[in-house]
Amino acid sequence: MIEARALTKDYGEKRAVDGLEFTVKPGIVTGFLGPNGSGKSTTMRLILGLDRPTAGDVTVNGKHYADHPAPLHEVGALLEARSVHTGRSAYNHLRALAQTHGIPRARVDELVDFVGLHDVARKRAGSFSLGMGQRLGLATALLGDPATVILDEPVNGLDPEGIHWIRTLLKRLAAEGRTVFVSSHLMSEMALTADHLIVIGRGKLIADTSVEDFVNSASRKIVRVRSPQVLLLAEALAGPEVTVTPIEAGVLEVEGIDAAAIGDLALQKHIAIHELTPVQASLEEAFMELTQEDVEYRAA
Amino acid sequence: MSSVAVTQPRVIRSEWTKFITVRSTLWSLGVGILLTLLFPILFAAVTSSHWGTMSPREQADRHPMDIALAGVNVAQLAIAVLGVLVITAEYSTGMIRSTLLAVPKRLPVLWAKLGVFAVVSFALTLPAVIVSFYTSQAILDRHHILQTSISSPGVLRVIVGSALYVMGVGVLALALGAIIRNTAGGISAFVGLFFVIPPLMNVLPLSWNNAISKWLPSEAGRQLFALQRDHTRFAQWPSGALFLGYCILAVAIAAVLLRRRDA
Repeated sequence: MIEARALTKDYGEKRAVDGLEFTVKPGIVTGFLGPNGSGKSTTMRLILGLDRPTAGDVTVNGKHYADHPAPLHEVGALLEARSVHTGRSAYNHLRALAQTHGIPRARVDELVDFVGLHDVARKRAGSFSLGMGQRLGLATALLGDPATVILDEPVNGLDPEGIHWIRTLLKRLAAEGRTVFVSSHLMSEMALTADHLIVIGRGKLIADTSVEDFVNSASRKIVRVRSPQVLLLAEALAGPEVTVTPIEAGVLEVEGIDAAAIGDLALQKHIAIHELTPVQASLEEAFMELTQEDVEYRAA
Repeated sequence: MSSVAVTQPRVIRSEWTKFITVRSTLWSLGVGILLTLLFPILFAAVTSSHWGTMSPREQADRHPMDIALAGVNVAQLAIAVLGVLVITAEYSTGMIRSTLLAVPKRLPVLWAKLGVFAVVSFALTLPAVIVSFYTSQAILDRHHILQTSISSPGVLRVIVGSALYVMGVGVLALALGAIIRNTAGGISAFVGLFFVIPPLMNVLPLSWNNAISKWLPSEAGRQLFALQRDHTRFAQWPSGALFLGYCILAVAIAAVLLRRRDA
């Protein structure tokens, strides 16, 4: 369980996180979604006590992160930025962190095998590829068998097999009753793993909803109509709620009225219809639409 | 629930593991010990072979403990660089985030790093200096010059004092690294404080030089292993206390900043 209340963080003049209010519940995978630079990583750093909030408050499993006597047993975290000494082997990295909590060596061995780093565990972490680094980060996060897992862009740099492995792992962790909080800037990725979504843009909360509701609420209902008499049809459809956009010769995109109503109207006015297709906005489009005013860096 | 809590001894164990599992540790300590051992041998040999050609005044200026401790001046640099690295390498690699996630109270990490590093610097420097004393004496003995014994007045104090000095240098460097959080910056700060500012004082009028120099951490620390009282400096105990004071001040600043700053 993660609870953020009016969570705010300024870096100098810039407000990175702006009054966030949300609760991340156990037992499901909660996706944390937002464009690059929207404040996801900052929010996670605030949750984990690495940065101090300017205002507001955030707790994990009922306490501030730093107030847990054995934090690695409460929360396991994978940060986006690399957090490993490049000169130390993966095995020694895990062992040193395990020692702070008196976690036995056997648990380190177990995790090295689990994340598939057995063959390279004695090599310097600096020689690891991005994907191997992510696996080491995951092993670090799971070291204390934590009740809450916080992962910042965990699929970065992973190959398709690794991505599939992470998705399965996240679902399994949630099914075991843990709180799973995963950030991504890719809606499509979240659609496959998450049950619930917290969407932010420019540090502000945009949506806190189930994946299904998010898609429904964000997607525009558009109908593509092909007709030899588009001018007549456009005239017939015209209304305060309806927008009609010509796409190409003989094709319109109509928003604000559903396919059945368009068909009925056309029949009434004796206009021939050659195609009538409801177009569902994709998740990616839904996400872009919701966040488009909040994108920090946009291609010119 | 103490069995599943972060405790200071556990953090010390963790910091010990971290310390001995990176190559820079072995390199710096190896070089430091090697220099501590080699310089006295070199200086003893050179002094012996040139003894006959030295003027009586020059001969009177030589002191066996200067030769025995010749390596300490160089070894301190190796220890200082390692002291800075112990903490700044965590910042440059991002390891500090993993460290602070495991120990979010933060201060136990600083205490553990300081403890491990101070004990290691002292425990390595002391035997190295003792060995240096005997090897340099053995070389000088063959030419029957500059003989002294470990039981001579002040000799043991100077030997232990030099190891304490190197330990203090390590603590100070680690604290500087924790304050500056950048390897180049931390090493520069140390070099500036210990190797650049002291000789610059010679440019000042002598009365100024004498009034200021005795307050410098390097000069205060140096009195810990000076055999003769230098009257332009504070006496041994006040100097030692001043040096300790600088160490405590640097550590206190490092501790406050570590608690306060975003990691």
